[in-house]
Amino acid sequence: MSIELRGVHKAFGSKRVLRGFSVVAREGETLVILGESGSGKSVALKHMVGLLVPDRGSIVVDGRDANALEREELYELRRSVGYVFQFAALFDSMTVAENVGMGLRRIRGLAGAEIRGRVAESLALVELDGYGNRFPSELSGGQRKRVGIARAIATRPKYLLYDEPTTGLDPVTKTVIDRLILKMRDELGVTGVVITHDIASAYRIGDRLAMLHEGRCRFHGSAGEIRRSGDPVVRGFIEGRPELWEAP
Amino acid sequence: MTQRLLTPFSAIGRRGSALAAGIGRWGILAGRAVAAFPQTNIWGRVLIQQLSRIGVDSVPIALFIATFTGIVLSLQASYTFTGAVPLYFVGVLVGKTMMLELGPVLTGLVLSGRVGASIAAELGTMRVTEQVDALETMAYPPAAYLVLPRVLAGVIMFPLVTSLAIAMGIVAGWLTALRLLDLSTPEFVSGLTLFFRPFDVTFAFIKATSFGLAVTSIGCYFGLYTRGGAAGVGRNTTRAVVASCMVILALDAFWAVVLL
Repeated sequence: MSIELRGVHKAFGSKRVLRGFSVVAREGETLVILGESGSGKSVALKHMVGLLVPDRGSIVVDGRDANALEREELYELRRSVGYVFQFAALFDSMTVAENVGMGLRRIRGLAGAEIRGRVAESLALVELDGYGNRFPSELSGGQRKRVGIARAIATRPKYLLYDEPTTGLDPVTKTVIDRLILKMRDELGVTGVVITHDIASAYRIGDRLAMLHEGRCRFHGSAGEIRRSGDPVVRGFIEGRPELWEAP
Repeated sequence: MTQRLLTPFSAIGRRGSALAAGIGRWGILAGRAVAAFPQTNIWGRVLIQQLSRIGVDSVPIALFIATFTGIVLSLQASYTFTGAVPLYFVGVLVGKTMMLELGPVLTGLVLSGRVGASIAAELGTMRVTEQVDALETMAYPPAAYLVLPRVLAGVIMFPLVTSLAIAMGIVAGWLTALRLLDLSTPEFVSGLTLFFRPFDVTFAFIKATSFGLAVTSIGCYFGLYTRGGAAGVGRNTTRAVVASCMVILALDAFWAVVLL
């Protein structure tokens, strides 16, 4: 069981964002993809769930080539993947409970009571019990992200993809979200892929880290290994010293 | 020099190719919406909501426009006919014009502003805030969940709202004739029925249905293809209204040529 990008190329007009990016998230682990802003991390993540189609290369989920799937098969595959959006992407005309229940309503044979139970359970997991009747506009940024996570886990997916889950949050809320990501892995056994440029967060939650630079995978290894890396690009990024990138 | 001479032609070429690409994308979206028809479990609930939003909520503005159109038609008819044509022809003009032209077209144009803009802005905002992507990740095809119920609601409700507007316009014209033109009810009614053909109603319904299809599908298209944040939403909302109005007027001429 894994999600894998194999030599993915993607360009938007003349801008080549991914130039043969390869990375694999294995069962039960949390893979963190690091990279500077605009490096194509979100583009890579969107490929994993079929929101973008690569110009070249392939996306393999559980051994199946996602590009070769029919539309219905792709939707079936998506049911095994939860996606947490950078700004939560909650449906603002719906309550929190309706948001969390959206994915569940697409599962055949799930009765209304079961859906309500799963919604309550998912909200409890992100410690937002009792928030079901609120609207997204009534929530703080951190609460919205937690609702986004509750919505993604409600269908009990095998994979959870997090798009910059801690960006724009205060340090305390960042830690809360990081703990939630670990909780999803430890309690639900979910395989996670997190994209971020927050190094501290990456060290806390990542079993393995990959660094995306100029469209390719520049580094791949554990938190300990990235700390010891002698690659000036990697060092420059984790230490916040761009001058190292220009060093000979 | 040659470059400067070619500039207008290349601009026309670029716009032409963008228009062709847009029509192609609209066609693909329409095809996906048609293919989503069997997925009633996805669009059924949304349809009820959209019938209310697109239809019921549009009734007041449609009736408002129709009332004043009826009044003006009645007065202008009497002004034009003075002395030359019997006054009961006011009924002919009010009835025929409301049914064949102004009822469907004015209602269509007003609803392209109200409904088309609202759909484009709503879906555009959903697109730029990644709500459409969120639907996709939860296995809700946008064509089934967002497009089909809105287009169906437009096709169902535009003719109903238009028929109410036509009725209101005729009533307003009749009351105006009664109060201000010294015309009796039997005279107005005899004028109204003089050249009436049941096909007039069919014609109005065909036009209104096609306008409903055009306004909602164009609104959905511009909404779902929005790029570039709030400015993009504003730009595409305007484009949706302008395109809808142009298509309504083109369809109006098309149906007149084909059916009359």
